[in-house]
Amino acid sequence: MRFILRRAAFYAFTAWAAITINFFLPRFMKGDPVTAYMAKHQGDFNPEAIDSLRTLFGLDSDKSLWQQYVDYWGQLLTGDLGVSFSKGLAPVSDVIATALPWTLGLVGLSTIISFALGTLMGSVIGWKRGSRGDYVIPFATFFSTVPYFWMALIFIAVFSTQLGWFPASHAYDKGTVPNLSWDFIGQVIAHGTLPAVTIVFASLGGWILGMRNMMITVLDEDYVTVAEAKGLAPRRVLRKYAARNAVLPQLSSFALALGFIVGGTLVTELVFSYPGVGKMLLDATNAKDWPLMQGLFLVITMAVLLANIFADVVHAILDPRTRMMES
Amino acid sequence: MTVSNFPTNEDSEAREGLPTEPRRPSSVRRFGQSFAMFRNGKSITGLIIIAVFAIAAIFAPLIAPYGPLEKDYDALKQPPSAEHWLGTTHLGEDVFSQIIYGTRGVLVVGLVAGVLATFVAVFVGVAAGYVRGWKSESLSALTNVFLVIPGLPLMIIIASQYDDPSIVLISAVIAITGWAWGARVLRAQTMSLRNRDFVQAARANGEKLLRIITVEMLPNLTAIIASSFVGTVTAAVLGLTTLAFIGVIPITNLNWGTILFWAQQNGAFPDFWWWYIPAGLCIAVFGMALSLVNFGIDEYVNPRLRSAGERARAMRKKGLSTTSGVTEVRATPAEDPQP
Repeated sequence: MRFILRRAAFYAFTAWAAITINFFLPRFMKGDPVTAYMAKHQGDFNPEAIDSLRTLFGLDSDKSLWQQYVDYWGQLLTGDLGVSFSKGLAPVSDVIATALPWTLGLVGLSTIISFALGTLMGSVIGWKRGSRGDYVIPFATFFSTVPYFWMALIFIAVFSTQLGWFPASHAYDKGTVPNLSWDFIGQVIAHGTLPAVTIVFASLGGWILGMRNMMITVLDEDYVTVAEAKGLAPRRVLRKYAARNAVLPQLSSFALALGFIVGGTLVTELVFSYPGVGKMLLDATNAKDWPLMQGLFLVITMAVLLANIFADVVHAILDPRTRMMES
Repeated sequence: MTVSNFPTNEDSEAREGLPTEPRRPSSVRRFGQSFAMFRNGKSITGLIIIAVFAIAAIFAPLIAPYGPLEKDYDALKQPPSAEHWLGTTHLGEDVFSQIIYGTRGVLVVGLVAGVLATFVAVFVGVAAGYVRGWKSESLSALTNVFLVIPGLPLMIIIASQYDDPSIVLISAVIAITGWAWGARVLRAQTMSLRNRDFVQAARANGEKLLRIITVEMLPNLTAIIASSFVGTVTAAVLGLTTLAFIGVIPITNLNWGTILFWAQQNGAFPDFWWWYIPAGLCIAVFGMALSLVNFGIDEYVNPRLRSAGERARAMRKKGLSTTSGVTEVRATPAEDPQP
């Protein structure tokens, strides 16, 4: 119980910190593109939108900073993230809602596949140390340092342009309206395979190396030797003794590496013109659409935080010790 | 671990008469020893590759056959030839020269960001590991916040607020988002060092906090500091090239990512392979060199990693299986109960 409270306090603190950073970011801005934009398009805004933008960007400087902060929180809690400049002044929350499912599907699925596959391969390579499996290591090292976006470009050049196996961009064929038909689902799978494979490939190496190193460390532990000496089947020793313990640090590093991976996958979306959060962030950057950028940063951070909570829960299920003692 | 075995502060006069420290090896040898973590095949290979890039960056004007922006309108989008080793861009610029000059941007930002981030990591990490109670907890919470917040979106947003971000600004932003990992590892190691006998002894001797940290603890943390520095440089190089590729960094700051940005903007994909393959390969090879250095350090810190493969191969040569524990007991080759 104490463990749960501690973790809950940590996540609440992190969420608060992220939101506060988001509050201060525009206040450190040099110059003021927002005022300029609003002055130019005065007539297009309704008064409420102007109010919410003023709160978001600290333009209501007649109020005290504390008052601005309170207003900002009030606005966030009602789900008001301002209006997007580049999307016809639509509410930012609505704009993000159109992109979020694509990213969650693509990034979430491929990250989980990559983690599971890499952990599996890493544990086998660590188990059969000194065998031919060791030749995987240099390749894993190389692929773990290749930038995501460059690998995406190469994959497009090879599998899409040269071989023509997959479409090179977008999430579904042009001119199709998203609907729930088999045809549309097929299109989504056809368009999503190449970006997913890119992300899996680019992040696989890190998982393999991490798990392999943990396996080798764990395999030297006395309890593994005892398990082997008891005459347990090797498969059982591998799964229930060695891999079971090696996967715990792997899970922690999964939670911590997530922020980094999300960064890489966002750029992958740009290369594939995938209509997700990453491409939207970069489009917003190019269009100097500050409200949308702010909202996206907040949503991305919260998503990473949620994934961290998920990893924590899995960790607690797998490791009885975390449930008992303080972290 | 308790301090009860050590002389306490009361007999300070007696302490002053004693030689404060045992004889130490000569300073030259100690200096050499502090590089022991790099003395293995993987680290040396990595360092050699890094040195090649460093030489290319320092002597860029001598090595590169053309200026990075020198245009040759008679040779547009040429494939590699004797004149242009890696072909030319859509404006007739020499790709090879651009890559050589681009190494400068990558190395400078990587180095500055790495140094900045490592300073913050050492400061926060060691402090969080050494102090106790709420101070340690709050520093640790700060570290965890920066670990969880995704770095790249933050970098994109901050960098895009400026029309012409300078190299120092870019490095600082990368450092701000990249110090947390090192701080976390350093905190854990410092916490374990704090309770070791020699630190307890130093504290019992009444040594100053600064001296305990710099003289007693930091030498034992060098491997981890080095590894966190190398890790930050890797992240900085990836971050910089990604930002440049997106186009957030002004194109005046030439680096490998900028080349890829130009290549994509001008329709180099997929036909003009000489334009985008080498720049990406450079990022990957440089990143791999840094990882190799780090693996060398890892194996120095954790000898199990170093010997695992060799031991297993040696056992297999003797006809023993690594995956069955029963055979491990037989140190001397006895007669097999089962052939």
